[in-house]
Amino acid sequence: VRRALGLLLVLLAAIPALAVEPSEMLKDPALEARARDIGQALRCVVCQNQSIDDSQAEVAHDMRRAVRERLLAGDSDEQVFAYMVARYGDYVLLKPPFKAPTLILWLGAPTLLLVAGVALFVVARRRRAVALAPPPLSDEERARLDALLAERQAPERGEGPLKQQQRSLGLRPRDGR
Amino acid sequence: MAGFFAWSLLAGRDPASIGSVMVGRPAPPLNLPALEEGQPPLTDALFKTGKPVLVNFFASWCAPCLAEHPLFMRLKERESAVIIGIAWKNKRDEALAWLKRLGNPFQTTGLDLEGKASLDWGLSGVPETYAIDGNGIVRLHFRGPLTERDLTDSVLPFLKGTNK
Repeated sequence: VRRALGLLLVLLAAIPALAVEPSEMLKDPALEARARDIGQALRCVVCQNQSIDDSQAEVAHDMRRAVRERLLAGDSDEQVFAYMVARYGDYVLLKPPFKAPTLILWLGAPTLLLVAGVALFVVARRRRAVALAPPPLSDEERARLDALLAERQAPERGEGPLKQQQRSLGLRPRDGR
Repeated sequence: MAGFFAWSLLAGRDPASIGSVMVGRPAPPLNLPALEEGQPPLTDALFKTGKPVLVNFFASWCAPCLAEHPLFMRLKERESAVIIGIAWKNKRDEALAWLKRLGNPFQTTGLDLEGKASLDWGLSGVPETYAIDGNGIVRLHFRGPLTERDLTDSVLPFLKGTNK
């Protein structure tokens, strides 16, 4: 039991602490839940990469309060985001919007992947084509090849150039085996 | 990728800078109580005089505000600049004592104790300074303390009307 209790304590401690103070919270749990969702998606403007719900900064506190004021005034979630963007710009959104200046953010990585993939494919194909079809032989090489082939084939059909040569030199031709 | 890193390091880009969407827009509304009790409240009528105005958010507890304070004194004394001060999350008597001790560069001073009005200005903290032209349009927005260089590069040209 003691071990289970200890485990529970550890698990509780592992739940990320929110900076939202009880005094800031709305009485209406549905509205407060919306405020939390919005707060998680808004960047604290002095902490670079923390949501306003996670930040203890003064301005994050003010922003959380403003979110709740807007919700109480009947704003939709979109209107609350628009309210913040009008004051702090797109920077305030932890998930950047999809529009012209942010195109490179959204499409940059997939485009790079695509370009790299196509380039890789093209290079691989070219390399295989090279492996399949070696460059044509020069005249000199072709002549040598013909001579070699003839030499190999000759024993099957009788005396090849080598044996003829050996015979002409007065040597006893060795068996082709 | 190496090129991107080189560019990041050499382009003089400040990744901590969050920019400002206020520049080029009409100054946000302003309706704050005066810092000194009994004085008329601070309203955006101050931006409709046809003269450029500087708006400085400060607090007596803020060290960078102390650092930039002499620059505002100089702007007031040498350039006769119209400067509006807004005490941000500052107790009334502490802000007043601070101004009394160091000198008051502000023509009018308001108090935003809760920091509610400052959100409309896209404020992220103190000090921050806005330059508003004669037509009530925000032309400059400095996050952090004003420096000598800001003065010579931006504020003085703005006040002289060459930075339009």
